[in-house]
Amino acid sequence: MNLLVLDGVTRSFDGFKAINGLTLTVDPGELRAIIGPNGAGKTTMMDIVTGKTRPDGGIVRFDGHDMSKTDEAGSARLGIGRKFQKPTVFETHTVEDNLLLSLRDNRSVFGTLFSKTDHAARIAELLALIRLEDRRLDLAADLSHGQKQWLEIGMLLAQDPKLLLVDEPAAGMTDEETARTAALLRDLAGDHAVIVVEHDMEFVRALDCKVTVLHQGSVLAEGPLDTVSANEQVIEVYLGR
Amino acid sequence: MSAVKGERAVPAPQAGHAATLNRRRLLNTRGWTFLLVLAAVAVGVPWLNATGALPDYAVSLVGKYLCFALLAIALDLLWGYCGILSLGHAAFFALGGYAMGMHLMREIGDRGVYANPDLPDFMVFLNWQELPWFWSGFDMFWFAALMALFVPGLLAFVFGWFAFRSRVTGVYLSIITQAMTYALMLAFFRNEMGFGGNNGLTDFKDVLGFDLASQETRTGLMVLSAIAVAIGFLICRAVVISKAGKVIVGIRDAESRMRFLGYRVEGYKLFVFVLSAMLAGLAGALYTPQVGIINPGEFSPANSIEVVIWVALGGRGTLVGAAIGAVIVAAAKTVLTGLFPEAWLFVLGGMFVFVTIFMPRGVLGVWDAMVDGMWQTRGMDPRERRLAS
Ligand SMILES: Nc1ncnc2c1ncn2[C@@H]1O[C@H](COP(=O)(O)OP(=O)(O)OP(=O)(O)O)[C@@H](O)[C@H]1O
Ligand SMILES: [Mg+2]
Repeated sequence: MNLLVLDGVTRSFDGFKAINGLTLTVDPGELRAIIGPNGAGKTTMMDIVTGKTRPDGGIVRFDGHDMSKTDEAGSARLGIGRKFQKPTVFETHTVEDNLLLSLRDNRSVFGTLFSKTDHAARIAELLALIRLEDRRLDLAADLSHGQKQWLEIGMLLAQDPKLLLVDEPAAGMTDEETARTAALLRDLAGDHAVIVVEHDMEFVRALDCKVTVLHQGSVLAEGPLDTVSANEQVIEVYLGR
Repeated sequence: MSAVKGERAVPAPQAGHAATLNRRRLLNTRGWTFLLVLAAVAVGVPWLNATGALPDYAVSLVGKYLCFALLAIALDLLWGYCGILSLGHAAFFALGGYAMGMHLMREIGDRGVYANPDLPDFMVFLNWQELPWFWSGFDMFWFAALMALFVPGLLAFVFGWFAFRSRVTGVYLSIITQAMTYALMLAFFRNEMGFGGNNGLTDFKDVLGFDLASQETRTGLMVLSAIAVAIGFLICRAVVISKAGKVIVGIRDAESRMRFLGYRVEGYKLFVFVLSAMLAGLAGALYTPQVGIINPGEFSPANSIEVVIWVALGGRGTLVGAAIGAVIVAAAKTVLTGLFPEAWLFVLGGMFVFVTIFMPRGVLGVWDAMVDGMWQTRGMDPRERRLAS
C-alpha cells in the first residue's frame, strides 16, 4: 500500500494555480527526489501534505488518513517530519534541548508541564549521529549554518517519522557536508520514506533514486534521473535553461 | 552510510551529569536571593515602621510596589518567555481590583452616607432600587477572592481562544489587547455599568472584620502581598523550568517549527495567557484595599504600557528582573511625581528609550554580562553557570 497518495490535487492563490491536478504516490521507505523550476509548487505541495495549506480539491491521504482536514501539529503526530528551506532550530535552547523537544513524547500542555523523562540515552545517540556531541550544551544560535542544518535533521530523526519532507537541504552546505547529507538521506530511506526537494543536480544524482519533475503545479516527468534528464520537455523547462 | 553511524562510538551518557541537565532547579541562587529579599521586606519594613524609622504610609507604599511586582512577573511569563506582548495587562489587574473592591463596598453595609444596608452609595445616588445580579455573592469574601482570579482568567481564556486559534500574532495581537483594555475603560466609566462610573469604588471600611484604616491591617496586607509575590514567582518559575516552559520558549523563537513538531501552539499560549491574567488579577485584588480606591483609570492603556516598561527595564525572561523593574520605576514615579509632576511622563519615556538602546536585556541582563565576564576572567565556562540556573 502507498504511504502517501496525492490524487488530482489543486490549490490556487488569487486565481493562480500553484498546484494543478497533482498526482503522486510514495511508498513506505521510499526515497524520492522532487525537482522543478522556481515556483513549480514544490514547497506548496509540502504545505498541503503537512496540513499547513488546505487543498481546493483532490485527495491527499497519508497512511490511511485524510490530510485535507489536519493541521501542522496533526500531521506531525501522524508521523510526518518536515525540514524547512531555511534551517529553523530553537536558537535560545541548547542543542540537547532542541532534541529533547523533538523526541516522541506526550505533546499536551499538562503532559509537558509534569514531564520527568530526560531521554538521555536517545539524545546521546542522536548527538553522535549528527556529530554534535561536543556542542551539546551550546545554544543552537552559536552553531554554524551547516551545523544548524544537521541539528534540524537530528530533530527530524528524533521525531522518528514515517515520512520525512526535506526542502533544499543542501542549500548553504559545503561540498563535504552535502555529500554527507546525501549519504544520510539514503541511509534513512528504508526505515522512513523520504521526499527531498532539491535544485542541486549533483546532490540529486548522489541520492540515486526515483525523480519527479514538477512544473506549473503538476508532474511533468517521473523516473530515474538519467531518463528524466533526457526528456525533451524537462530539458526545455528546467535543465536547458 | 553505516560509516556515519559507526564512525563515532556513541558516548555512554555520564551518570548524574546528563540527568541533571534537563532538570533545572526550582530555586537557583537568584531565586533564593529574591525570596530572602521578600522575606526581609515583609519582616523589616514593619519593624522599621514600629521603631519609627519609616512613616506609616511607607508600609502601604511598599505593599503597592509588591502588587506591581506581581503584575510585572505575570507579564514577564507571557511576554518574556512566550513572546506575546500584551499591551492590555492592566485590564486583568483592574478586574481583580474591582472584584475585591465590590466585596469591600458590600462590607461597608449601612455605614455609607445614605446608610442603605444593601446598596452602595453610588447606586442609591443613581436611584437604583436593588442590587444588580452581578453584584450578588460579593458580600462573601471567598466568592470575591475567587472572582478576582476567575474573571480575569475567563476574559483571557475567551480572548485568547479566538486570537490564538485565528493565529493573530505579533503587533496585531498587541494592538487588540490594547483595544480590549481601552474598551473596558470606556465601559467602566459609564454609570449604567454599575461599577461606580467615573469615581469607581472607594470609602472602604474593613475587610474580614479588620479596619482598613488601622496600621496593623495595612501591615498585614503588605505582608500578604509579599507572600503573593513569592507564590506567583514560584508558580511561574515552576512553569518555566518544566518541559512545557521549553516549549513556550520554543514558540517564542520558532513557532512554526513547534507546530511541525506536533505541539498545539494555541493550547500553550492559552495556558500561559490565562495563568498570567489570573496572577495579574491577584495583584489587583491586593492592590485595591491598600490604596483604598479602584477606578476606571486603572484600565487606561498608559497603565498597561507602563507594565511593559517595568519588564523591559528589569530584564525580560527573568521573572526576578520584572519585579525589580516594577519597583525601580514605581519608586521613581513616587519620588518624581512628588517633585516635578509634569516631568514624570518624559522621564518614563526617556527610561524606556534608554533601556531599549543601551540595555536591551535590562538591569539583570547587565548584571549577568558582568558576572559572565568575571567567570571568564577566572577561566571558567559561563555555560556552566547558565545551565546551573
Ligand atoms: N501563501 C501563498 N500566497 C500566494 N501565493 C503563493 C503562496 N504560496 C505559494 N504561492 C505561489 O505559488 C507558486 C508556487 O510556489 P512554491 O513556493 O510552491 O514554489 P517552489 O517550487 O517551492 O519554488 P522554489 O524552488 O523557489 O522554492 C509560486 O508562484 C508562489 O508565488
Ligand atoms: Mg520552495
